[in-house]
Amino acid sequence: MRAAGPVLTVVAAILALWYAAAIWMNSAWTLQQAARAGETVSAAALVADTLSQARPRLPAPHQVAADLWASTVGQKITSKRSLVYHGWVTLSATLAGFAIGSGLGILLAVGIVHSRAMEMSVMPWAIASQTIPILAIAPMIIVVLHSLGVSGLLPKAIISAYLSFFPVVVGMVTGLRSPDAMQLDLMRTWNASRGQVFWQLRLPASAPFLFASLKIAVAASLVGAIVGELPTGAVAGLGARLLAGSYYGQTVQIWSALLMAALLAALLVGAVGLVQRATLRRMGMAR
Amino acid sequence: MLSQDEIEDFDWDPEEPAVQPPAVIEARGLQLVFETREGPVQALKDVDLAVRKGDFVSFIGPSGCGKTTLLRAIAGLEAPTGGDLMVNGMSPDQARESRAYGYVFQAAGLYPWRTIAGNVRLPLEIMGYAASEREKRVKDVLQLVGLQGFDGMFPWQLSGGMQQRASIARALAFDADILLMDEPFGALDEIVRDHLNEQLLSLWKRTGKTIAFVTHSIPEAVYLSTRIVVMSPRPGRITDIIDSPLPPDRPLEIRDTPEFLEVARQVREGLRAGHAYD
Repeated sequence: MRAAGPVLTVVAAILALWYAAAIWMNSAWTLQQAARAGETVSAAALVADTLSQARPRLPAPHQVAADLWASTVGQKITSKRSLVYHGWVTLSATLAGFAIGSGLGILLAVGIVHSRAMEMSVMPWAIASQTIPILAIAPMIIVVLHSLGVSGLLPKAIISAYLSFFPVVVGMVTGLRSPDAMQLDLMRTWNASRGQVFWQLRLPASAPFLFASLKIAVAASLVGAIVGELPTGAVAGLGARLLAGSYYGQTVQIWSALLMAALLAALLVGAVGLVQRATLRRMGMAR
Repeated sequence: MLSQDEIEDFDWDPEEPAVQPPAVIEARGLQLVFETREGPVQALKDVDLAVRKGDFVSFIGPSGCGKTTLLRAIAGLEAPTGGDLMVNGMSPDQARESRAYGYVFQAAGLYPWRTIAGNVRLPLEIMGYAASEREKRVKDVLQLVGLQGFDGMFPWQLSGGMQQRASIARALAFDADILLMDEPFGALDEIVRDHLNEQLLSLWKRTGKTIAFVTHSIPEAVYLSTRIVVMSPRPGRITDIIDSPLPPDRPLEIRDTPEFLEVARQVREGLRAGHAYD
């Protein structure tokens, strides 16, 4: 626990900066209100007011924390006001998208490593796909899939997969190619088949690369799922919560949804990290 | 392909006694040219060589003399561009496919995700040995290289010398009569190297394998070999073949005897004659 000191210092610094920014950014409105009423405000009253506005420009940390508490613990989790409910909607789309995206990514990588034609034909499209802003293509995917009769979780999952397959392809291709010439020569001296080289050498060698890219992919999946919720008309999910918050100027609600999303991302990356550690330890590659 | 009789009749050196064990590696007029961007590079030129069963042959020469290329050609990892090369009376590729040799590289190249036993077992798994047979062989070869009791450890838990011993065990695990070694101890310090040289020699005597050994160390070559092939660069070729008069039993102290120093002198002469020191 020697790291506790520095970690707490950084957290305290961020909170202090946040409070200072909140006072500074929200003071304009307080002063305006006071001027309109023909009053003068003391410094203490100014600070107190900037940290307790209903629709502040920048909500203070405790306001966000209170809202987060009220919308998670304070609500039934089936309620539409519950962030747990919205979080679950987003999480399910994220997990589905992550599964599709990483599965597709691994398959593409295997194909790319084993076939020159596949590398030449697939890789440029994979790269091109990532140069299109997801905000531009997400509504198209929703519309196209809706006209095909597909709605609900799957369109969001596909947008999520669209973002997450790419890091997996890149990481997995690097990983599958990581065995050096000597390792491959050794396999040749044993007259090993291509399949044996793949299962015994390339695949295990790719594990550390795969996990590194899965961590990026799972965070990208969450972003994809949230973006996928925006054009669907703000029905459910953290994306919907963000959109509704911005419609009605509910900055506190936006920030608590943002924080929930960040928490979810941290949990997902942490979960991948746990699987990584367990797997690499089992493989004897963690020291 | 040569018949067994023809191989035995093959008269590579008239000064040798008439009865010879059969040649297991045989090169005649071997050429190997690499096509590079800067034009063709003659890696091997007119190489004539016969390695007989049970020989311990060292290839020595400065870098670029083609010693590693020759070993790789014998292993079927490089394709000669001219001449004849036979391994066990077959083409190198056929020999590779029939798993005629074990190959030891300069780096141990153990898989970090496999235990020592798992690494030694790998070629056996690939070659489809039965599970009970695999366990027996793994146990036997680990014993042979003095690594009994380390079977459950992962490579990073072992020193460099022990890792290289494990890689030798891996090359010995299946039934190959030939052991091809490409500077296997080149990356190790001299004390470990002395120790492993001693062990390799006793292993060779016990197993009766034919060993082809690439090195750039004169003492190592002289200490280990029954025959020393001196090579020279640009183009890579054999400049001298020296038969060692040293007895099969060689304690490390043999390196201080006049006989040993005389062989070392001959090797050095051979290298000088091939302009290896230029």
